[in-house]
Amino acid sequence: MGAGHAHRLYRRGDSPVHALPPHCKLAAVLCFVLVVVATPREAMWAFALYAALLATVAYAARVPAGFLLKRLLIEVPFVAFAVLLPFVAHGEQTQVLGLSLSVDGLWGAWNVLAKGTLGVAASVLLAATTELRELLLGLQRLKLPPLLVQIASFMIRYGDVIADEMRRMRIARESRGFEARGVRHWGVLAKSAGALFIRSYERGERVHLAMVSRGYAGSMPVIDEVTASRAQWSYALTLPLSALAVCLLGWFL
Amino acid sequence: MHVPDGFINAPVSAVTGVVAAGAVGLSLRGARKELDERTAPLAGLVAAFVFAVQMLNFPVAAGTSGHLLGGALAAILVGPYTGVLCISVVLLMQGVLFADGGLTALGVNITNMGVVTVVVAYALFRGLVKVLPKKRRSVTVASFVAALVSVPAAAAAFTGMYALGGTTYVPTGTVLTAMVGVHTLIGLGEAAITAATVGAVIAVRPDLVYGARGLTAPLKLRVGGELVDAAPATSPGRARSPRKVWITGLVASVVLAGFVSFYASASPDGLEKVAADHGMDKKAEEHAAANSPLADYGVQDIADGRLSGGLAGVIGVAATVAAGTGVFWVVRRRRTADADAAASARAEETV
Repeated sequence: MGAGHAHRLYRRGDSPVHALPPHCKLAAVLCFVLVVVATPREAMWAFALYAALLATVAYAARVPAGFLLKRLLIEVPFVAFAVLLPFVAHGEQTQVLGLSLSVDGLWGAWNVLAKGTLGVAASVLLAATTELRELLLGLQRLKLPPLLVQIASFMIRYGDVIADEMRRMRIARESRGFEARGVRHWGVLAKSAGALFIRSYERGERVHLAMVSRGYAGSMPVIDEVTASRAQWSYALTLPLSALAVCLLGWFL
Repeated sequence: MHVPDGFINAPVSAVTGVVAAGAVGLSLRGARKELDERTAPLAGLVAAFVFAVQMLNFPVAAGTSGHLLGGALAAILVGPYTGVLCISVVLLMQGVLFADGGLTALGVNITNMGVVTVVVAYALFRGLVKVLPKKRRSVTVASFVAALVSVPAAAAAFTGMYALGGTTYVPTGTVLTAMVGVHTLIGLGEAAITAATVGAVIAVRPDLVYGARGLTAPLKLRVGGELVDAAPATSPGRARSPRKVWITGLVASVVLAGFVSFYASASPDGLEKVAADHGMDKKAEEHAAANSPLADYGVQDIADGRLSGGLAGVIGVAATVAAGTGVFWVVRRRRTADADAAASARAEETV
């Protein structure tokens, strides 16, 4: 917990993108991804333009390209699926390097790869420029139910604590000579998981009592109300609006 | 199984988004009943637990390892509503913070991994616990089966969504075989870990396991050297009449079946389309009830397709309600008869 309340993806900075109100950024990213998903897959140039738009945002946010590319690795499992698509899809076949591939499957693989990558890149940029607490405030401003936001904030706040408890249990197991090597050791690991659940639940009860003793009656007071000016909204919405223009071009050209 | 952007087309993503939002809204109300005003901290901590336990690696063999998905575990430990809520919050945070699963696919992900897994697991679990003898062992067995089925069920639900709105045309049969096959294997691991974890919690704090709440032995008092059943504590606020729920449900299903089905798409659904395209349906035999007056969701002798479809829907709902009510009535009568018999036996004992 001593590491502050920043998450792994956050990158401290004071760029104009960092300074934007969180709910503007959330809305912008969501609209952008929606527009990307709605683009016809045959318009390859449109995806290049989207990538250029995201690169501009990354430049404005001073997020280095290496950082962004490293975070994109999270979608590797789906790359594997995309590579399989040309082999399993049916329809018209074409010959590439002596292999018989489905045309529809090739388009599908391109579709998943392009849209998935752009989506992940947009999310990574959002996470890299927005602090956790801000993100939760932004979700609340976007009219997510307050109870859901509270649950999410408790999860984030205590996530590190619970993960550390799990780490301490692992150290305790290992210092007693235990090493999980196969299915035969699942019993021990499951007992740890059970103990972790009991500790988490009891901690939840204690947290609730502590909150009640400080006057909690079902809702959290909002101390820092975030507001966005018209200029900030228009600045944030530049991204999805230009993407929308590209998307419309893609449909009509 | 986190679905990225661009995998499922926009309309199906939007529909599943609405489904997921509805399910989360319902769970928010239900969780307040399960946990009252402790909902926020307790559900938050359980979500953190699910998040952490997904990072716990279970070595399988030769360097490969798996991890828990946690839907069935959460449903059994904290109840279905809180379970849906916790998994949904975990998925939301994974999508927003860690770019794991696309933002537009959030509805798909929550519906699959949150709602389907939890609902299937909990329904199966409840049913099994009712059928099996009232022992701790049967809770473990029930959680094994519930977790085992819940994972392929989510895979099948994904296949359904893919058939409706997949961006690439892959035969549904291929997707179903691959998804359900792989996820049955994953489900075996999930089941073993879930059952062992539930067993571990039951051994220490059986009162914390939501699914095992009915298994506590009745309180006995020692009166004059003899064990006597203590009077059961009356739980306040449980006497809500089911009639309102029943009527609302009936009206909703009649409206859905009778009117909304007017606007349902008349074109064949994904599976039928796949079957038609591949000539699979040539081999398919006509359903045994094909000549019944309600065959293919239409009433015979009524020419207007929409009217006939709506009428068939209403009749179908009526038949289902009648059958369900009959079953429910029989079960309840038997149970009250049992309770009466037990009560009179106890009265005779004390006399």
